[in-house]
Amino acid sequence: MSETTLGGLAGRMPKFIRRADPAVLTAFACIVILLLLGSLYSRSFLSPEYLLQQLKVASFLGVIATGMMLVVLLGQIDLSVPWAVAAGAMMACAAAAYGPVGIALAIPFGVLCGVAIGIVNGVGVAYLRIPSMIITLATNAVAQGLMVVYTGGFSPQDSATAAMRYLATGFTIPAVPNAVIIWALIGAAMVFILTRTSFGRAVYGIGNRERAAYLSGIDTRRIVMIAFAVSGGLSAFGGVLLAGYASKAAQSMGDAYLLPSIAAVVLGGTSILGGRGSYLGTVAGVILITLLQSILSVMQMPEAGRQIIYGVVIVAMLLLYGRAPASR
Amino acid sequence: MKDWRYWLAEQRGTLLAFGIFIAMFAIYSGNHPAGFTANVVQTAANKGVLLAFVAMAQTLVVITAGIDLSVGMIFTLTNCMASWLVIGTGLETAFGVLAVLGTGLICGAVNGAIVIYGRLQPIVATIATGAVFFGLALLLRPVPGGSVNEDLADFLTGRFFGVVPASLVALLVVVLVIWVPFSRSEFGRAAYAAGSSETAAYMSGVPIRRGKFFAYVLAGLLASIGGLFLTFFTYTGEAAYASGNAYTLFSIAAVVLGGVSLFGGKGSAIGAIFGALAFRTIGDLLFVFDFDPLWQPLFQGVILLIAVSLGAFALFRVRNRLEWFL
Amino acid sequence: MDGTAPLFRMEGISRRYGGVRALEKAELTVTAGSIHAILGENGAGKSTLIKIMAGVVAPDEGRMTLDGSEVTFASPAAANQAGIVCIFQELSLIPELSVADNIVISNPPKRFGMIDRKAQRRIAEEALARAGASDIHPRALVKDLPLSRRQMVEIAKALARKPRILILDEATSALTAADVAKVFEVLKRLRSEGLALLYISHRMNEIAELADHCTVFRNGRNVASYPAGSKSDNEVVELMIGREYSHIFPPKPTFAPAATPVLEARNLCWADRLDNISLSVRAGEVVGLGGLDGQGQRELLLAFFGVLRGLRGDVLIDGKPVSIASPTAASHGRIGMALIPEDRKTEGLMLPMTVRENLSFAALDRLSKAGIIDRTAEQRLIDDMVGLLAIKTAGLDIPVGALSGGNQQKVVIAKWLMRQPRIILLNDPTRGIDVGTKQELYQLMRKLADAGAAILFYSTDYDELIGCCDRVLVLYDGAVKRELVGDGITEHALIASALNIHGDDVRIGQGERA
Repeated sequence: MSETTLGGLAGRMPKFIRRADPAVLTAFACIVILLLLGSLYSRSFLSPEYLLQQLKVASFLGVIATGMMLVVLLGQIDLSVPWAVAAGAMMACAAAAYGPVGIALAIPFGVLCGVAIGIVNGVGVAYLRIPSMIITLATNAVAQGLMVVYTGGFSPQDSATAAMRYLATGFTIPAVPNAVIIWALIGAAMVFILTRTSFGRAVYGIGNRERAAYLSGIDTRRIVMIAFAVSGGLSAFGGVLLAGYASKAAQSMGDAYLLPSIAAVVLGGTSILGGRGSYLGTVAGVILITLLQSILSVMQMPEAGRQIIYGVVIVAMLLLYGRAPASR
Repeated sequence: MKDWRYWLAEQRGTLLAFGIFIAMFAIYSGNHPAGFTANVVQTAANKGVLLAFVAMAQTLVVITAGIDLSVGMIFTLTNCMASWLVIGTGLETAFGVLAVLGTGLICGAVNGAIVIYGRLQPIVATIATGAVFFGLALLLRPVPGGSVNEDLADFLTGRFFGVVPASLVALLVVVLVIWVPFSRSEFGRAAYAAGSSETAAYMSGVPIRRGKFFAYVLAGLLASIGGLFLTFFTYTGEAAYASGNAYTLFSIAAVVLGGVSLFGGKGSAIGAIFGALAFRTIGDLLFVFDFDPLWQPLFQGVILLIAVSLGAFALFRVRNRLEWFL
Repeated sequence: MDGTAPLFRMEGISRRYGGVRALEKAELTVTAGSIHAILGENGAGKSTLIKIMAGVVAPDEGRMTLDGSEVTFASPAAANQAGIVCIFQELSLIPELSVADNIVISNPPKRFGMIDRKAQRRIAEEALARAGASDIHPRALVKDLPLSRRQMVEIAKALARKPRILILDEATSALTAADVAKVFEVLKRLRSEGLALLYISHRMNEIAELADHCTVFRNGRNVASYPAGSKSDNEVVELMIGREYSHIFPPKPTFAPAATPVLEARNLCWADRLDNISLSVRAGEVVGLGGLDGQGQRELLLAFFGVLRGLRGDVLIDGKPVSIASPTAASHGRIGMALIPEDRKTEGLMLPMTVRENLSFAALDRLSKAGIIDRTAEQRLIDDMVGLLAIKTAGLDIPVGALSGGNQQKVVIAKWLMRQPRIILLNDPTRGIDVGTKQELYQLMRKLADAGAAILFYSTDYDELIGCCDRVLVLYDGAVKRELVGDGITEHALIASALNIHGDDVRIGQGERA
């Protein structure tokens, strides 16, 4: 296998490159190419303002993709992202309507709603062993139903709190949007969890071989359950930020995040079969997707073309990296 | 045991779905302001048949222990396509129908090729192809519109002899022309065998890949028949993202209600049809009881959640915990 | 023999798995109209041989001839086409399909392109009748049948393919006595119809009753071929022994074992695989589990480790009854149990993960504070283990899958030693690893026992059981058939009791059946 030779060769490189797999490097290479292509189209593509703006847009997807990555590392998938995002946004805005206490608790309340969705997913996957794509689709439907009942089918009138808006659009450090700082903090926390904690090790272990992890005395069900809860919570937090960005929540605001979040994780080299992948790759995937979206919209590519290009790019990348081993 | 008992055991899932449907429909029509009339039946049939086609498509793939999250999008794409092509003279219309069905076949073949020969996970692969199909639909119909040969549409959505809904007859024809031959063919059996135990199927020399591929291709075809009927009912094409996704989701619910195992190898499209009809009727029950229609999505979601959780009870029979991690 | 041309012949067949040779220049000649028994102890190469015949694996070298012309099989289907049909130990039936569907699965009768269900039913009924199992309904689903019925369906399925050579690999192991009698009738009739039958079984009485000709395999070669009945069971056992002894084992201490056993089982039963097992292991003792492969040894170890549900009987730790519901419970806290599992590639290791991650995986709770891994402590312990077991690796941060088999196995053991377990269960830990590493593991095992661990050691290699164990329990059909102690642990005694014949005074036809 090439892994041995790579191991020997990479031993002399700095640690973060050594850990990166070719998919991550490819993803970063694609980013550079996209930027160069973009700069041919318009000078402003390489300007700091444009790049920071892109990072800010990317950070919403980044937060959501972080949760997705955790679940994908387990070899599962979370298809409840759309309405976990919407529920987080709507519930945070809804809480804001309940006076000062509501305003103070808006963000945690929104996130908790996402955690609740994630816990239902986790119970289904870990304890009832329902395939994750099925149970997460079902909880997505239930979350949607709850939100429709709550909002009456219209976009909710409650607006985001000042805190939400500040997190999404404000600046604590000059020129660096808060959203970017939040993504950086969440990303750093995830890197720490994945590489330095026993939880992170267990996640990789389960993703590689749940049987071996179980026989190693890991409480695999608890880990899976927590991972889904975190994913739900992060999706909802992404929704909270989006609501802050747009000043209010909207129906189906999460729909646009399901495919990109999966795509970002997978394009960043995380194996859809679980157990392999680095957060750096997810960062690359998120930026790649965001740039792709941005360039397509600058080129005034209609939504149709964007959907087709996403789909084709994802299938193509998966065929390059994500294939299951041949049988026999 | 007698033969009929085995038949009963084989058809248990289907019969259960049939029972649920009959019970639900009895409640529905019993409380419907218009009662059990040809009109009520026709409307219900036309709504139910759409989901039934998509559910049949999903069944084929689920039998192979896969899943097709793009069925709803194939349904949407072919709807948009039909709103352009199924129009004009008889010959033009016929050509249009063929083109629409051909598109469905191709979509299914693309899914099958990627999943089976490209060895990708069905979930991610079909989410991605679903995006492509939706993009194509949007390309065809950036805004809702178009039209359809209304004579054909009215014929297929009306009633035969004033009582029998034409759409149900069409459904029956599709079952007889597609499902029955498939389920009784060598490929159909290979699809079941591969879904039930891929290693045993391999050891027995079953044509696994071709069986699975066929299942995906026919799933595309069935979804396109659904798309065609959607056009007949609405007279227009619309690239509606939410509706496409909802059909995918409901098809899974219908399949589960219809006694098709999500782990593959077990179930029949007939069961899924009744599952679809039952699911639709349950969803519509809210109307006859004067509930706010806002509750419908929640109600349907809860039904789905309960339906998928039912399968988990087999878990408690597992005696070696290592079998959890196959 | 008798001047009849052989139907099928294998010459110079070799096959390696990784670095381990399973078959080495093996020969086999099969004649029509006879039943040919194949004998050999665990790992002698029998299953590889028939897998090659049936097209499941390809040989590395050698040739096969059928009717005098050379053949190769790309798949089981190709072998079936040529008339070679195998009934495998692990069933090849599809659970969700009906009996009739399964019987015709590889070549269903067709009418107008569809499967002709009437014809299928007829074929199935015929085949079931030929197999002496007409009590099975063709429409029953395979998953609803008990194991013994499934085995009969498997035989019927093979017969429906109209084989010229029929291979039965332990095909009677799950059958009831009445079924076995029926199957024997069928096999004898098939022989008179001119089929060639290859019969692999560990039940000496069955072979005595059925076989015309026997071939003994040892270390991947055929060592003897003789007409059935021309050798006594004792002589057969001698032929199966004669292994190459190249191992050096550490001396066994003479010690007075502690009064209370650390691990004890009383009347342990589980499903139909464990039958009333009682045993005890004391601190400082290495207790072996012997017997043929698949007699319940693996299930017994899994039962102790909290993996099996619905266990009946008692497990006692330090004399106190405990109920262990998960590997977490078994390995953590007071119990301190470790299991070196059967398959290191799927159960012991996460191959793509690094050596470091694998080593600390079972001891993460001990190496972390508030969930954060203490990397200095981890490094220290890992260094200790790499030193103690002399694990050869190019670094701690390379994938464990890049190590050799022996070093991988060392990692599996080391990852458990990081918890300092008091009770160590080993499930055939030396399978497929090199001789040098084996020696090291024997030394290590004794060292751990001397340091006070209680060790339960299952091995398919009798040599190891003799060299390493203070006592050996021989299992047969899920029950302990015999306990061998000290000098009583001989290869002869082990094989004889594994075959469930009485080793000291071997007579024919002493097999027992439940």
